[in-house]
Amino acid sequence: MTLLDIRDLAVTYRTGGGELPAVRGVDLTVEAGQTVGIAGESGCGKSTLAGAVLRLLPATATVTGEVLLEDQDVLAMSWGKLRAVRWSEASIVFQGALHGLNPVQRIGRQIAEPILVHEPGTGAKAAARRATDLLEQVGVPAWRTGSYPHELSGGQRQRVMIAMALACNPQLVIADEPTTALDVMVQAQVLALLRDLVRDRRVGLLLISHDLSVLADACDRVAVMYAGRIVEHGPGGRLFDSAAHPYARALAAAFPVVGDRMSRLAPHGLPGDPPDPRELPSGCPFRPRCPEAVPLCAAEDVRLRPAGLDREAACVHVGVPA
Amino acid sequence: MTDVLAVRDLHVGFGGTRRAPLIRAVDGVSLAIGEGEIVALAGESGCGKTTLARSMLGLERPWKGTVEYAGRPLDYRGSGLKGFRRHVQLVLQDPTGALNPRRAVYEAVAEGLRIHRVPGDERELVARALSRAGLRPAERFFARYPHELSGGQRQRVVIAGALVLDPSVIVADEPVSSLDASVRGEILALLLSLRDDLGLSVLVVTHDLGLAWNIADRLAVMYLGRIVESGPTEIVLGAPHHPYTEALLSVLPGRRPIVLRGEAPDPSRMPRGCRFHQRCPALADGRAKAAGVSGGCVSATLPVLAATEDHVAACLLHPVGLIPQQRTPGP
Amino acid sequence: MTATALTPRALARQRRRRALAAFWNAFRRDREGVIGLVLLLVCVAVAVMAPLFVDADELSVTRASGPPLVGPSGAYPLGTDDDGRSVLTMVVWGSRTSLLVGLTATAISMVIGTVVGVAAGHFRGRPGGLLDRVTDFFLVVPFLPLAIVLATVLRDRWPDLPKVLAVIVVIGITSWPVTARLVRAQALAVEGRPYLERAKALGAGNWHQITRHVLPNVMPVVFANTTLSVSIAILAETTLSFLGLGDPLNPSWGTLLDGAYSAGAVSRGAWWWAVFPGLAVAVTVLGFNLCGRAVERVLDPRLRGRV
Repeated sequence: MTLLDIRDLAVTYRTGGGELPAVRGVDLTVEAGQTVGIAGESGCGKSTLAGAVLRLLPATATVTGEVLLEDQDVLAMSWGKLRAVRWSEASIVFQGALHGLNPVQRIGRQIAEPILVHEPGTGAKAAARRATDLLEQVGVPAWRTGSYPHELSGGQRQRVMIAMALACNPQLVIADEPTTALDVMVQAQVLALLRDLVRDRRVGLLLISHDLSVLADACDRVAVMYAGRIVEHGPGGRLFDSAAHPYARALAAAFPVVGDRMSRLAPHGLPGDPPDPRELPSGCPFRPRCPEAVPLCAAEDVRLRPAGLDREAACVHVGVPA
Repeated sequence: MTDVLAVRDLHVGFGGTRRAPLIRAVDGVSLAIGEGEIVALAGESGCGKTTLARSMLGLERPWKGTVEYAGRPLDYRGSGLKGFRRHVQLVLQDPTGALNPRRAVYEAVAEGLRIHRVPGDERELVARALSRAGLRPAERFFARYPHELSGGQRQRVVIAGALVLDPSVIVADEPVSSLDASVRGEILALLLSLRDDLGLSVLVVTHDLGLAWNIADRLAVMYLGRIVESGPTEIVLGAPHHPYTEALLSVLPGRRPIVLRGEAPDPSRMPRGCRFHQRCPALADGRAKAAGVSGGCVSATLPVLAATEDHVAACLLHPVGLIPQQRTPGP
Repeated sequence: MTATALTPRALARQRRRRALAAFWNAFRRDREGVIGLVLLLVCVAVAVMAPLFVDADELSVTRASGPPLVGPSGAYPLGTDDDGRSVLTMVVWGSRTSLLVGLTATAISMVIGTVVGVAAGHFRGRPGGLLDRVTDFFLVVPFLPLAIVLATVLRDRWPDLPKVLAVIVVIGITSWPVTARLVRAQALAVEGRPYLERAKALGAGNWHQITRHVLPNVMPVVFANTTLSVSIAILAETTLSFLGLGDPLNPSWGTLLDGAYSAGAVSRGAWWWAVFPGLAVAVTVLGFNLCGRAVERVLDPRLRGRV
């Protein structure tokens, strides 16, 4: 069952210095029980994409396209319906769990808060009990219900954020950089937790990260974003091992596989920097940094084209023979 | 190979007062960096790697042990330390924070020259440092301010600021972790080229084993204030001896993870015996018992590893390389 | 002109000029700030040009020519006091002392406060702790009793000290702690930043760290606070003069108010004698306040955008 169906989503911010196209036409689907990853660096639009799903973008953002959450367009919903949908059908685990929690409120109360908002019939005691259950499900000892956020470690805080996201039993969970700033061991614990939750509850998980190697391991499908568009998508492992788009290849090479002779004493990187959305070059936005650019790349704004079984990439070298 | 920068049986800690509990951040470390060597210091947060790096820069004073540059112990008096600073430089994690937002690039790079009153044409020295750090043409960057540059460029400015003093060692604390993934390779390649072209030694502090694989000649893994395994990168990552290193490697994508339970214990409350034994998978799955050392795991105090070129591990399963030494308590 | 033609110092100067121009543009657009600035300029202009308009005789109790206690009228727009002196003349003349004391006392408290604040923020441990305690002490002791005691002590110990100077010193000494607190907080924030650590790693000594890194990042806060401090200083001076601790030879608005009060002006119906000096104080303080808040507003978003 398709939980999330994003069709031709475009988000433009109106700023003092002009228009900033953060997302420029994205199509994406997430099925129940499926984990989809979005990989990209700063400025590619992935966080904007996450915010757009629940209409959490600031007033300066102009959003077009459709975001179908269980066949209902979030962008066209009335305010009341949207509030009901938020958290009970789809929730977000935010980036930087340190700031996502209210420092002066005990975590038990913070987890219970969405329950009380969305299911007003639930009494305070029942909500608190559910909050404690959720804590145990994410691997935090139940006695921590009365703790404040600063008393917990980084990994525990992230788990609390996950518990909060699950409070109203949503169908879709969006995790925006859930493991950044965590140690590798804690990262593994959090990813294992997410995997178990997806399996047990049959939720759909949209995992956003800059770390392609993590996504390749944890996701069924991965989409790589660059300059507001998806430049390649396909099954996680295969995309990492043999990416078709030069950017995806470079991103994969940036996370060397320990034991791979090709990357020993040979760091791979791209020259230049991720592009400024306000000043995108003509044609393919990756052209200035692309090691395989040809004159055609400056002229044609390449769109996604088939690149193998269940894969697509937006590159002139892919699919249609030159 | 001569050792450019070394620490011997270093102990650095904080607290010990009524308000703050005693924390043994570095609890007995011996480590040496040779000329033209890139050494990676890996571990999770709280293991003491940053404190160790700062001690090697003279920014923290140790309780016990020595920091030696070119064979001579550090002189912590003002002028001695200042002289030392010319030879050992720091590159911080966050390039945005490392540069004063009110100072232009030229000033940021020239700062070191002015502090040490280095003779010569300042302008030329700054231009040369910026070029070597990959910012060309250098003059174009003189008047720019940090907020006008990208993350990668800022880090290059920080590196240029370190290079301008012509150091022999650069200590880089997570040099690429706050940069975009596609930009990291360039900065790492820069560090490698500095080693190849200038003979610079580099100590890279990181939590990323992939980074160590990418550029480090040797790797030392830290846990709770001690080095638990050290040796040539390929051997440590290819055939690790210590169960902690094994676990860290196993959680890399594509492998079967050994996920350790819980998190690293509080450095102010160190367990008895091997400091890793409470989370050690080898103890939990019976390997230690089979080898007959499980008794020692929970009670014996392991001596400090001598982290030189050989492959050593602080684990009773592989006792080669452990120097017998008295463990002395801190102040 | 290419960048290579300019020396880095010239470039820095050009940069500063452009920053000032940008600041002025932003300030200009702030309506409150412009109003405040106009008020300020008027007050300062009046104070500076007063000697051109004021005849010394008109200020003298014995030689004043006007009829006593006359309300606002053609010849005496703000009325006269009970010695026949024009209130307008006295208000104009009083602005000199009030502004002089306000500005000078603020300068003193700014300097002391900044030095103490930066030192407290930089030298942690015992010296910093000591400075904190001293700051706390001066903060906690209530202003008026401390000021009265200080003024009395100064008057007794050094009777030859010009009274105006005494008032300036008193206000300066009692108001530096507020600045020190503010500066210390900002200095602590700067101390924690990585570029301070980098400076240390480069080999910079305390002086270099403070003058090149801490101070430049603390100054915006100090500037924004200065204009507000001036208004506080003017009010303080008014209070002290009203209590009789001012200098009768250099009358300020406070002295005027004191005179009006002791002569029972309001109960005698001569409201103009008390109201107009009070208005003068209010308008000046308002001007400084509006200006100060506008400066804060303009500086803040820019700082936020940069750092």
